[in-house]
Amino acid sequence: MEPILEIRQLCMDFGGLRAIDTLDLFIRRGEIVALIGPNGAGKTTVFNCLTGIYKPTAGEMLAHSPKTRETRRLNGLKPNQVTASGLARTFQNIRLFSNMTVLENIMIGRHCRTSAGISGAVLRNRGTREEEKRIVQDSYEVLKKIGLSRYVNDYAKNLPYGAQRRLEIARAMATDPFLLLLDEPAAGMNPQETDELNDLIIGIREEEGITIFLIEHDMKLVMSLSDRIYVVDYGKKIAEGRPDEIKHNPAVIKAYLGEEVDA
Amino acid sequence: MTLAELKKSLLAAVWFMFLTFPIMVIKVNTIEKTVEWHWERLFYVAAGGFVFSFLWRYFLRRKEGGGRPAAAVEADAPEKVSPLQRLIHDRRFSLPALVLLGGFVLVFPYLFSMYQVNIMTTALIYVVTGLGLNVVVGVAGLLHLGYAAFYAVGAYTYALLNFHFGLSFWLALPIGAALGCVFAILLGLPVLRLRGDYLAIVTLGFGEIIRLVLENWNDFSFGPSGIANIPRPKFLWFDFSLEQSAVFIYFLMLALVLLTVFVTNRLKDSRIGRAWIAMREDEVACQAMGIDIARTKLSAFAMGSAWAGMAGVVFAAKTTFINPASFTLWESIVILCIVVLGGMGSILGVILGALVLILLPEYLRAFSEYRMLIFGVVMVVMMVFRPGGIVSEVRRTYQFKEGLSKDGGRS
Repeated sequence: MEPILEIRQLCMDFGGLRAIDTLDLFIRRGEIVALIGPNGAGKTTVFNCLTGIYKPTAGEMLAHSPKTRETRRLNGLKPNQVTASGLARTFQNIRLFSNMTVLENIMIGRHCRTSAGISGAVLRNRGTREEEKRIVQDSYEVLKKIGLSRYVNDYAKNLPYGAQRRLEIARAMATDPFLLLLDEPAAGMNPQETDELNDLIIGIREEEGITIFLIEHDMKLVMSLSDRIYVVDYGKKIAEGRPDEIKHNPAVIKAYLGEEVDA
Repeated sequence: MTLAELKKSLLAAVWFMFLTFPIMVIKVNTIEKTVEWHWERLFYVAAGGFVFSFLWRYFLRRKEGGGRPAAAVEADAPEKVSPLQRLIHDRRFSLPALVLLGGFVLVFPYLFSMYQVNIMTTALIYVVTGLGLNVVVGVAGLLHLGYAAFYAVGAYTYALLNFHFGLSFWLALPIGAALGCVFAILLGLPVLRLRGDYLAIVTLGFGEIIRLVLENWNDFSFGPSGIANIPRPKFLWFDFSLEQSAVFIYFLMLALVLLTVFVTNRLKDSRIGRAWIAMREDEVACQAMGIDIARTKLSAFAMGSAWAGMAGVVFAAKTTFINPASFTLWESIVILCIVVLGGMGSILGVILGALVLILLPEYLRAFSEYRMLIFGVVMVVMMVFRPGGIVSEVRRTYQFKEGLSKDGGRS
């Protein structure tokens, strides 16, 4: 399978600090790939570079859309352009639109796939009305898929924590991505919620055909979900491979547990 | 009533005595050039402060619902709906109320004096500006402290175009709105990256720049002396008397209010409106969900400021005289207060806010010295007890039946 995301020699400097150091990475279509590493290793920075929130200092980021068969350079794109080209993300600390309803949160995701403007909003001509109907319908479909349909009209801020995390995923799904970037989706979840999340992510891959790239600290989840794992520490890639390879990789163990000291 | 509470209230009373000492007790008699001491007033302040402190605590407790059984019963209701909100959304109440209100505003100018009609027209102008600023501050969440500048743009558009080219009011109205948009975009472009307090400072500066330019560029705007003899609006070939003209402007403003309500209401429940609200809620997430922040921000600025431009044109036509003193920072603050007091994002709230803040001072002329004091107290009390404003925003709900969508109106 051809890769749908390629990162070549990516570097990101903050002043004198090198947060990402010549990182190479690729993701094939239909894979679930995890990016792990100790706190402060630069995982979220990779996401922020990919989604246009940071401008990388050096390197190339290429996305090959399986839908349009186009290759797009992600460097220099604004976050909304990245999303429009088919990459959608969630956030480590939940960033929902708290004073909007659950359905409206999803409807925002449909924004970049629709086009009604100010005149359409005021005049409510037929095209706008139909588009609006479609937005509502599509958004509701997404809600049903993610299993949040009973919360349709609730304010996002009133949802239980686990549901808020799912809503973030649902919102990203609504943008019609081919690659979903999940930043610590299981953070703060209890074991049962994590199990449900596991099923949800697999469902998204199997039923929607969406490729998944995730950052996660919950090792049980990472090991059971991922096809391949990248490990970074201090911005450098220290290992990559299948879960069982990573489990026994001495460099990874060292990064997580520290240097072994001879007794 | 415990001892601790008693002590707290006593302290509050002493504090009030101390605070109001200069304005309540010392009185300078300018004719006799003596100082009069009104010690008895200190006693009133103390008693008032003491009672007030108890009331304050009582209402604060009630608001937090501490230990009141009535609040506990409702605990499983997910969102607290105020009685006011319930009343508004109950059709049995809101429909007749609307009809009554409509009838009242239609006969209003024939029941009351011209003075009253003029005050009401002013209030309606503030309703329109308030609704406009509501788009920028309440819906899109961009704190804007220079809104009066766009009001000035509208007023000077009509005054100058009429002075130089004899342009009629009806042509000036759309031009004023368009120029409001243009200036909003001019202001918007450099501040696209700013948010929160930084944006507030820049918009404040922008407002002052416009005012200072109008004040000092004599060749253009006739400086502080302003422009006089601006013609009142004409309707077809009718020549209005002064009184008829006031009534006409009243109905004109009424129509403009209806137009504003119609447009802003439709915008709020549209693709663009949702993008504005999402931007208010979280700019980073909003952008990550595929919304172009630059365009969304500029459109919010433009759609909000057009109303100020239009209201400015009407203002110039109503007063027939304008000068920069009408467009100070204070004006911007009042409009902002209308939005905050009324309820950010809520159209009905902003209308009520404008009526309260503009009409109340007019009818409280008797207390004119304490107007600012009352203004301040009302704002503080509102922010403590109803931080969401008089009517807080309610989002639209949707009903679904087995996958078929049906608009459900409001909850």
